Amino acid sequence: MTRRVASRTIGIGIGAALAAFAGAAAAAYQWNLAPGVTRSSQGVYDLHNIMMGIILVIFLAVFGVLSYAIYAHRKSRGHQAAQFHENTTVEMIWTVIPFFILITMAWPATKTLLAMRDSSNPDLTVKVTGYQWKWGYDYLKGEGEGISFMSVLATTPDQIYGNAPKSEHYLLEVDNRLVVPVGKKVRLLTTANDVIHSWFVPELGVKQDANPGFVRDTFFRAEREGIYRGQCAELCGKDHGFMPVVVEVVSAEKYAAWVAAQRARMAAAADDPNKKWELAELKARGEKVYGQNCVACHQANGQGVKGAFPALDGSKIVNGPAQGQIALVLAGKPGTAMASFKQLSDTEIAAVITYTRNSWGNKAGDAVQPADVKAQRK
Amino acid sequence: MTSVQTHHGDHAHHPAGVMRWVTTTNHKDIGTLYLWFSFAMFIVGGIMALVIRAELFQPGMQIVQPEFFNQMTTLHGLIMVFGAIMPAFVGFANWQIPMMIGAADMAFPRMNNWSFWLLPAAAVLLVSSMFVPGGAAGTGWTLYAPLTVQMGPGMDLTIFAVHILGMSSILGSINIITTVLNLRAPGMSLMRMPMFCWTWLITAYLLIAVMPVLAGAVTMTLTDRHFGTSFFSAAGGGDPVLYQHIFWFFGHPEVYIIAIPAFGVISQVIPAFARKPLFGYGSMVYATASIAILSFIVWAHHMYTVGMPITGQLYFMYATMLIAVPTGVKVFNWVATMWRGSLSFETPMLFALGFLFLFTLGGFSGLILSLTAVDVQVHDTYYVVAHFHYVMVAGALFAAFAGVYFWLPKWTGRMYDERLGKAHFWLTLVFFNMTFFVQHFLGLAGMPRRIPDYALQFTEFNQISSIGAFGFGLSQLLFLYVVLKTIRSGDRAAQRPWEGADSLEWTHLPTPAPYHSFETPPLVK
Repeated sequence: MTRRVASRTIGIGIGAALAAFAGAAAAAYQWNLAPGVTRSSQGVYDLHNIMMGIILVIFLAVFGVLSYAIYAHRKSRGHQAAQFHENTTVEMIWTVIPFFILITMAWPATKTLLAMRDSSNPDLTVKVTGYQWKWGYDYLKGEGEGISFMSVLATTPDQIYGNAPKSEHYLLEVDNRLVVPVGKKVRLLTTANDVIHSWFVPELGVKQDANPGFVRDTFFRAEREGIYRGQCAELCGKDHGFMPVVVEVVSAEKYAAWVAAQRARMAAAADDPNKKWELAELKARGEKVYGQNCVACHQANGQGVKGAFPALDGSKIVNGPAQGQIALVLAGKPGTAMASFKQLSDTEIAAVITYTRNSWGNKAGDAVQPADVKAQRK
Repeated sequence: MTSVQTHHGDHAHHPAGVMRWVTTTNHKDIGTLYLWFSFAMFIVGGIMALVIRAELFQPGMQIVQPEFFNQMTTLHGLIMVFGAIMPAFVGFANWQIPMMIGAADMAFPRMNNWSFWLLPAAAVLLVSSMFVPGGAAGTGWTLYAPLTVQMGPGMDLTIFAVHILGMSSILGSINIITTVLNLRAPGMSLMRMPMFCWTWLITAYLLIAVMPVLAGAVTMTLTDRHFGTSFFSAAGGGDPVLYQHIFWFFGHPEVYIIAIPAFGVISQVIPAFARKPLFGYGSMVYATASIAILSFIVWAHHMYTVGMPITGQLYFMYATMLIAVPTGVKVFNWVATMWRGSLSFETPMLFALGFLFLFTLGGFSGLILSLTAVDVQVHDTYYVVAHFHYVMVAGALFAAFAGVYFWLPKWTGRMYDERLGKAHFWLTLVFFNMTFFVQHFLGLAGMPRRIPDYALQFTEFNQISSIGAFGFGLSQLLFLYVVLKTIRSGDRAAQRPWEGADSLEWTHLPTPAPYHSFETPPLVK
């Protein structure tokens, strides 16, 4: 506890000095790490402050000596140069002393790290999947098991391109937040669907890469309710800056209510895979799916991005037999940004394919049914 | 000290005009080519940095699209590392090593020509990748798989450029090692060489060790892209993290490939302006070698968040912290060199002091980053961006400026304008800190690097940083002016304009240095 107080004092001291240095301490200036709401983030905050204290002492010692030499041993003051150029004792001392300083730094650094890595005995396990450019959450074990959803940036393109005022949590807001109970140990299993992403929330003290084809784990136990925001931290292509992470930590009761609501939502949203859909109905549904999954690359007008992402408007595949397009959407195209979208439901895939085949200049006129997609799934 | 050498071969048979530069085998001509090439790349990479900073001046997308932004960050990094900083120090090596060890030229003059002329070819490939369909690689300079697999043909051009750059570095290194080991004047034992030659000898070995590793990494990327291999794809039994291990096995020594010659320049400049021999020459050599060896066993501290076992994290943390010991020795030695000297503060010394001060700050933030627990919070944020710009810009670039001002009189026979040189230093110092110091705070607050747009709470620091970046960029035009003015109309420089400078180029060669350095080797007593 004393260590924590000491580190706080150092932290406040450094922060105050810097604020004074700049002559401005507006609310938007964050000078130091966030103490956060987990033991990990608090441990890192304390460790960083202690290290900054040690570094400040070394800095003052070394540059104190240097400054004195610059002041006193100047030619313009008539100082004559001495000609000594070695001293084994001094050289031994300043090789050995830093070594001991490092050992005293390594001790708390090791303790903090050990505490951050113990992900055993979680209360809740959530699989986190990075997609270009959104996060998928699957509640694997614990209360809420079976809940599964995507979490996409909620900031509108109008805000990004300056056609609308920017909201308070510009770029740090999503449609579906990761909701977890307060005080419970949440283990995250990270993986990715396409390229490497990194799940990062400063106030939870978590940053864990999500590697395609591998599962890695980390954990957090949030000690205070609230909404904590972070971002993808590993460059993952075009919209790397546009896939935030938002975690909502709620009380046990609220969490139970949220779980119940999610269960009801999922039951209602489950489509009958054998239903025959009308063309217009499918197209309307498909436009929504397109907006959530395809628009980042292929664009709202279906023109894609020249040289990077192919156009769907006038595409041979989209205007060819439906089987070809279904196969491509299910399997993706290896070696390109076109990932597999097999995680979507049969209805969603049928809808989005119908939408692309009957939009812009494309006039296929046919409706692809969920049963057609189901037939092609392996 | 013997008499100044007389020279009669300066009107030798070499073509004039452009062909002089294309066919030259002269170490000074090639050194000049390297330095001008490096400056040109510095401007190109700098313009890209300004595109980045202009876009980041305020939240929202204003100037460029996200994919172009990614191309800018990638090319800025590659061009600055491989096109600007590394060639600058090879330029210094070419000019200085033969003069400092009492040789006539480099050991392999024709290979020397070839190692330079590979560079423009690589630069053309890199820059032209912006104009192919899909544009340049938008993967960051680290070229992480499997994002590289998604890129267009610009990625292939980048890969070939890296191959050519690697070839150039390896050829240059072989030349430097052979020159230093075989062409030293009688009496100049290894432990009597100027420190700059030592640092380049060590650096050249590092280059030979790691450039093939980088070439291997990008070749695997190439075959993953086009020939159906799966080195970095889990679907074929590979692992994307394997790429990171290979890349950083190259990448960490690369940091010292850039830093160690900078240490060498500083070790020449500080004693000259302290009028006192370098303190602890022997320990300086051993410290440099230790840093080089340690650089091979710390690579995964760039990858603390990939999900390695805790034992791996602990090992890489301890090994990384150890680097502080030899680095500390170097800083203490420089301070001790100045202690009880007779200091004066001409431009080279100002840049050396700027280096000492800011590089040490970069070392401190490096120490913070070495601690795995803290690194988890600041990895891939602007804290890291700030850290490596303190090491690369305030470290390597400041040392290069110190070296240019220090040796310009010897190279051109003319003195630079001291008043303008000092102005260049102070502008560079102030704008550098304005650009990069605030980025520490952005990183601590959690702003990821390589994002084209950011949340509102990061606005103020980004604005300060962007203004600083434009000031920094404009200040470098003053540097160009100072150099051109020196060449055209500077005052005639004395043979030894710095009274404290005592290596062979000052004591034995006239100013400007003759076309062929030492036709007969001097006797070093």
